[in-house]
Amino acid sequence: MPSLKDIKKRIGSVKNTQQITKAMKMVAAAKLRRAQDAAVAARPYAEKLQTVMSNLAAREEGDGHPLLIQRGTGRALVILMTADRGLCGGFNANASKEAERFIRANEQGFEDFDLMIIGRKGRDFLRSRIGDKISKVYENITSDATYKTAQLIGEEVVSAYSEEKYDAVFVIYNAFQSAIVQNVTLEQVLPIQPKEAEETGEATIDYIYEPNRGEVLSQLLPKMVEVQIFRALLESNASEQGARMSAMDSASRNASDMIGKLTLQYNRARQAAITKELMEIISGAESIK
Amino acid sequence: MADKLKLEMVTPYKRVLSEEVDEITAPGFIGELGLLPGHTPLLTTLKVGELTYKKGSEQFHVAVNWGYLEVEEDTVTVLVDTAEKSDEIDLARAKAALGRAEEALKALSQEDKNFKIMEAALERALIRIQVAGKK
Repeated sequence: MPSLKDIKKRIGSVKNTQQITKAMKMVAAAKLRRAQDAAVAARPYAEKLQTVMSNLAAREEGDGHPLLIQRGTGRALVILMTADRGLCGGFNANASKEAERFIRANEQGFEDFDLMIIGRKGRDFLRSRIGDKISKVYENITSDATYKTAQLIGEEVVSAYSEEKYDAVFVIYNAFQSAIVQNVTLEQVLPIQPKEAEETGEATIDYIYEPNRGEVLSQLLPKMVEVQIFRALLESNASEQGARMSAMDSASRNASDMIGKLTLQYNRARQAAITKELMEIISGAESIK
Repeated sequence: MADKLKLEMVTPYKRVLSEEVDEITAPGFIGELGLLPGHTPLLTTLKVGELTYKKGSEQFHVAVNWGYLEVEEDTVTVLVDTAEKSDEIDLARAKAALGRAEEALKALSQEDKNFKIMEAALERALIRIQVAGKK
């Protein structure tokens, strides 16, 4: 049986931990709000772009733009979005595992893969498993992702794709549903697969294109890639904060439970000590009689 | 036919505008273009420039960066990288940016790849100052 002092010490340390987890939860909640707002604010832009794209692509004939053409199954690039910091439940592990599974299963029969990882945790997780596939790691960009960031990554990806370094580009990230639910999502970035206009249920419109359609299309398509990456970055960031918030919430609750149990144990031990002392006094008094 | 245009302007960060307007003037890729209700469907890219819209007798000015504009059944959708209304522009900052860009341009040679970037920055700063002056 641990002594009273030991139990008291443990209660103290659990209380300390709880304070930290509570504080982290608060911080995550505040950050979640901001991240969520940013993700929601970015949505109209992506949606509008998507509509315009589907209108454009519906009229696209055989001689498509390079970014639209399906190429062979050579090398594929997988962009994995994780966080730089841990303590957010299964957030990093889930996305990383999906990336590992996708590369190992290789359902579409690619010859080889390259892995671009955003966030330190994804790298730590995959380094020992499929470290030879990792070609690039970006750190410390998720927490304050701006459109500029996405633009730089987008440009890099598009130029690598245009040089035929890759035949396909995928992105894996945690899509934000709510603070508790995040879904690991796999999306194809390149070649671009525009949604058919029929799906959106709108009739296609004959536009006047200025300067001309090819020009408009070739300016829009790279934008599409950037926007997709930007959205994934924002969603991933919101998911991270959500995951951290719920992880820290349950950690705080576990700490509460633990403190309850330890307090009970402490009180029992204290009572036992008092009883023992009483018994000793009584039996001492008895023996004097 | 409606006698108003619905103007929607969005950037990656937020929806800037969603208003009923009477007339729009935009910096199109091959030249400035004016839009009135009843315009045929049009899709054009935009240059760095100044977009003006009229609501009744009031005029509003917005500085826009690269983007494009779509006209479809009296709805005008403008997607741009950045958009700043004339009352949102920080004139002092724009002037500082202009100064910086000018300095950098003097130091750089034409071939430098930063030349184009700084040139674009200069253009943006100029437009901002121009728009800010029209409050």
